[in-house]
This record gives sequence, C-alpha cells and structure tokens, in this order.
Amino acid sequence: MTLSPLSRKVLAGLTFGVLALIYLPLLVVVANSVNPSQSMTWPPRGVTFDWWERAAHSSGVREALVTSLQVAAIATLFALVLGTLLALALQRYSFFGKSSVNLLVILPIALPGVVTGIALNNGFKGILGVDLSIWTIVIAHATFCIVTVFNNVQARLRRLGTSLEEASSDLGAGVLTTFRLVTLPQLRSALLAGGMLAFALSFDEIIVTTFTAGNGANTLPIWILNNMFRPNQAPVVNVVAVVLIVFSILPVWLAQRLSSDVEAAR
Amino acid sequence: MSLSTRAPAETAAVDTPAITLRGLRKTFGDVVAVDAVDLDIADGEFFSMLGPSGSGKTTVLRLIAGFEQATAGTVRLGGTDVTRSAPFERDVHTVFQDYALFPHMSVLDNVAYGLRVRGLKKAERRDRAQQALETVRLGHLGARRPAQLSGGQRQRVALARAIVLQPRVLLLDEPLGALDLKLREQMQVELKQLQRELGITFVFVTHDQEEALTLSDRIAVFDAGRIQQLGTPREIYENPASAYVAGFVGTTNLFDAATSQRILGVAGEHAVRPERLRLSPGSDTETPRADEVRLDAVVVETIYLGTGNRVHLRTSEGVDLVALEQSTGSLDTREHRGDDVTVRFARADVVPLASGS
Repeated sequence: MTLSPLSRKVLAGLTFGVLALIYLPLLVVVANSVNPSQSMTWPPRGVTFDWWERAAHSSGVREALVTSLQVAAIATLFALVLGTLLALALQRYSFFGKSSVNLLVILPIALPGVVTGIALNNGFKGILGVDLSIWTIVIAHATFCIVTVFNNVQARLRRLGTSLEEASSDLGAGVLTTFRLVTLPQLRSALLAGGMLAFALSFDEIIVTTFTAGNGANTLPIWILNNMFRPNQAPVVNVVAVVLIVFSILPVWLAQRLSSDVEAAR
Repeated sequence: MSLSTRAPAETAAVDTPAITLRGLRKTFGDVVAVDAVDLDIADGEFFSMLGPSGSGKTTVLRLIAGFEQATAGTVRLGGTDVTRSAPFERDVHTVFQDYALFPHMSVLDNVAYGLRVRGLKKAERRDRAQQALETVRLGHLGARRPAQLSGGQRQRVALARAIVLQPRVLLLDEPLGALDLKLREQMQVELKQLQRELGITFVFVTHDQEEALTLSDRIAVFDAGRIQQLGTPREIYENPASAYVAGFVGTTNLFDAATSQRILGVAGEHAVRPERLRLSPGSDTETPRADEVRLDAVVVETIYLGTGNRVHLRTSEGVDLVALEQSTGSLDTREHRGDDVTVRFARADVVPLASGS
C-alpha cells in the first residue's frame, strides 16, 4: 500500500506528536533531577548532582530501593518457577479444566489493580490472619509476574513442538533428564525475557502494593507517592523517579532485544 | 552399561519376531488412525510400511516407539510386552522425519546423547559417538552445530545418533522425504548397506512406492488405518491383492468387473502392469492365441521417459490403457499420436483382484 506524500507527512507528524507527549515529560523529570533550583524553575540554570547525593544518603530512599529490588527479585523467581511449570502443564499435557486454568492464569494481568489489591488485603488480613509484610507484597506481585513468564514460555513451547522431547525420550532419557538437557536450554531466552518483564512490572507497581505493603515495607514507588507533595523532597523525588525509569525500561528493552535476536536466529 | 550390550540372540527363542503387533488400534477422538493391525516383523528384516499420508503407517511407528499409547491391542518387542512402557524404556530408536537434532548441542554431543543419559563416562561416549559418526562418514564434522550442516548431513547425524545405541530395532519415519532426488538415491543405497552391516531390524515408513520396492525385504501397504497387503516387493508388485494396492504401487491398467467381462471374458476386477503390454503397428488379422489377449487400439499420447516410452492408448472398445516400452538401443519404432496399434498381453499376466476394497 503506497501512501500519498501528504498522508505520509500527516502520519509522521502524528507519530512524532504522540511519542513526544509520552517521552518529553520523562525527559523533564530526568533534567529536573539535575536542576539546581529547588523549585525546579524552567529552563534549568546549570547542572548539579546535589539531589543525587542527597538521595543516596537518604535512608528512606535506600531502604525503599532495597525493598523494591528484593520484592522484584523474589517475585520474579516465584514467577519463573510457577510460570514455567504452568506453561509445561498446559502445553504438553491435557487434563480436565485445562482451558479454565489457562484463563485463570492470565486473568490477573487484566484485573484492575485496585480489585486485586483489596481482595489480597482481605485475604491476607481477614481470612488468613497474617500481618502485611514484604512477603505479602511478593505474593501479590507474583500473581501478575507469573503471567509474563507463562506467556513467554508457552509461546516458546508451542513453537518448539514436541519432536525434540520425543527424540530425547526415544534415546532413553526420562522426563526430568529431558527437561534438564533439552527443554530448559531451549527455554533459556524465553525465561530471560519473561523474567525481565516480570521484574520491571514488579519494580514499578504501586496500586496492588499500597494494599499489601505492611508498615515499614516501602517500595520505591510508594516512597515517591508519600514524598511527592513535600516541597523540600521534590528534587529527590525526581532522582528516585529516574532510578525507577532506568530499572523499568532497561529490562524491557533487553527482553525485547533478546526475543528479536532469537527470532532472527531461527 | 547393561543397556549398551545386547542380549545374545541365543537367549531368545530362535523365531521370536523382533516386533509383534496384535489387534493394534489407535483412535484420536472419533478418528480411527489404526485399526486391527496384526504384524510380525522378523529379526534383521528391512520392513517397510507404505501408504499415503493419513493411512496410519506413521501412527503404527509411533505406537512401536511408544510416543502414542494404543487404544487397544498389544506391542511386543522381542517377545516382551511393551504396550504400556514409556519410549525411554523401549529398546528401539527412531530417525525422525525432521531429524529432531538438538540445536544447542554439537554434532558429537547429539550422537553421544543416548550414551550420556545412560551414564557412560565422557571419554567412552565420545569414542563411541565418534565411531558412529565415522560409520555415516561424518567423522570430521563432530564439532559443528546441526544448523551448520546440510540436509543430507543432518540426516546422517540422526542416523548415527540412533545406531550408536545398538538398538534391536531402528524406526525410520520418512527419513529421506526432505532430500533431493540424487541424495535420496544415494542414501537409499547407504541405508541398505548399513542395515546389512549392523544386522538390526529396520522399520521404514514411506509414501514412496519405489523406495519401498527397492529397499525392503517385505512391505505392508496401508490404507485407512489397516494393512491392505503384506508381502515381498515382488508379491506386492506382481500380485496386488486389491485395486487399491495395484493402483498405489506402480502404475497399472485396472479393469473393473464389467470391462473384464467384456474384453477378457472373465468375472471380477483385474489388473495388468503396463510393461506387460506389447505393441505392434497396424491392425492384426490373425486369430489370437488362446493364452493371450489381443486388442485393437489407437495411440492417444506417447511420453518419452529416457529409459523408454510410456504410451497411452484407447482400445476400439473405449478402454484406456497405458503401456511401457523399454528403449532397446536400436532405432526405436516410436508410436505416434493417432497411429493404429495392436496390443497383446499374456493371460498369465492378468492379475485377479479381491473385490470390495
């Protein structure tokens, strides 16, 4: 389909406009993290790393960062194990209720965070009677982290087909040996991609976290929310926001490159 | 270690077949893929299962390998019932149609895989894998990845990976299907030689009737999940049991019951192979001998085959025939379109077919 020069220009302008709308505010945040003015006057007069230093020395920021990293890492680990097992079950075996399980696994990513948050909050406190802690955040995050791992692994398994596993079994390998020597190596890039997406999802999650975080267990996004409207903290908030951006975008970008590399190698 | 040495043949009863199938049936939902298959495959036999796609031949292979579980019936290997055993518990190995080489392993590691999962020491399994690679003349390519090999080379790696384990039975699922003609003919010769040298039973699945005829000791012709005929290549070709087999294996002249009655004077369906037809120019006025059939015909088309001609004819009764003439090297009297010819064939070459199939 060939486009007329005019429509090409209009579409290019629209694309540029939309992208600018998304990314310019992010650039402003990055610029403000080195803006010498406390009230972030625009345009910035000079560059300073004072706020970065202050953020680095703030125990609140450091603790929130550590909590966020811990939560994201553990939730990703849970997601990798459970998501892979689920994908294997649904791709390689048939059982009663298979399609329902498939739907139930994917649903958490579509459910509104508020609903998941309230439900889990009720479940933890009311039904199970456990106190909210870092572990309740981990479990809450794992519910939607599983989905990205599951989707990646399931797509890979489907494309892989069963012939390699059959060949392995034919040559005398049991189920576990086949998984270790044949299936897992074929899943590696899918697991990396799914895991990094899961990590990014968990790292910047805020809605579900507000309902499942206990006292003292602040993640980075929660810290931002709590400090956003304190005037003297505003510059540090910008710094934390930049950290959040980097930690969220980097894995997604890597995951995308990884899947396209694999695509190209086939 | 115990798996790598085969039990001596003396321990088994002398005529215990390598594979015994009894009442084998496999359904997928409402579809019957394999139905009532009884089969004995002898030790050391080159056995082919021939049929069009969807005829059930590959499913039978997968039932022997253990990738599918039989709906009914039994699979015995060397007399042992393995109907419910997992693939890794069966002493058979498969060469897959798509080769199924492990892409993340070197060629040598692919071949050594079966030895590795049996717990052999690294040095020994490398030696034996290297040896198997030499057998298929790929000893120099052990360090490569499967993706760096040609189709024919991958085919040989798949073969080496299976024979390194010295199985009692080797299953081959259309192994030559993806190769071009020249390579395929070369691999046919190599397969046959390999089978003779190793003395193991080959079960070969193919839809290529010529391949089955040239390679096999015996052939089972499959259609609709059942064995239509079982026999040596000669029996299958010379004495097809049904119109289906006659039509699938080689080209043939089929006469339905009415035509048989009219031009042969006998009841039931019959078939005559094209190379049995003799042509002579012009109409013949002699009375035909009692042991031959003579028909007047017109040449519809002549097709040059290199080794001879294929001549399409229509008899004065309106029956279409195909004749094959071998090139004799001398000046060929080549029939032309529209020529009148006389067709002769011996009554002994007319094969009666079982009706109803």
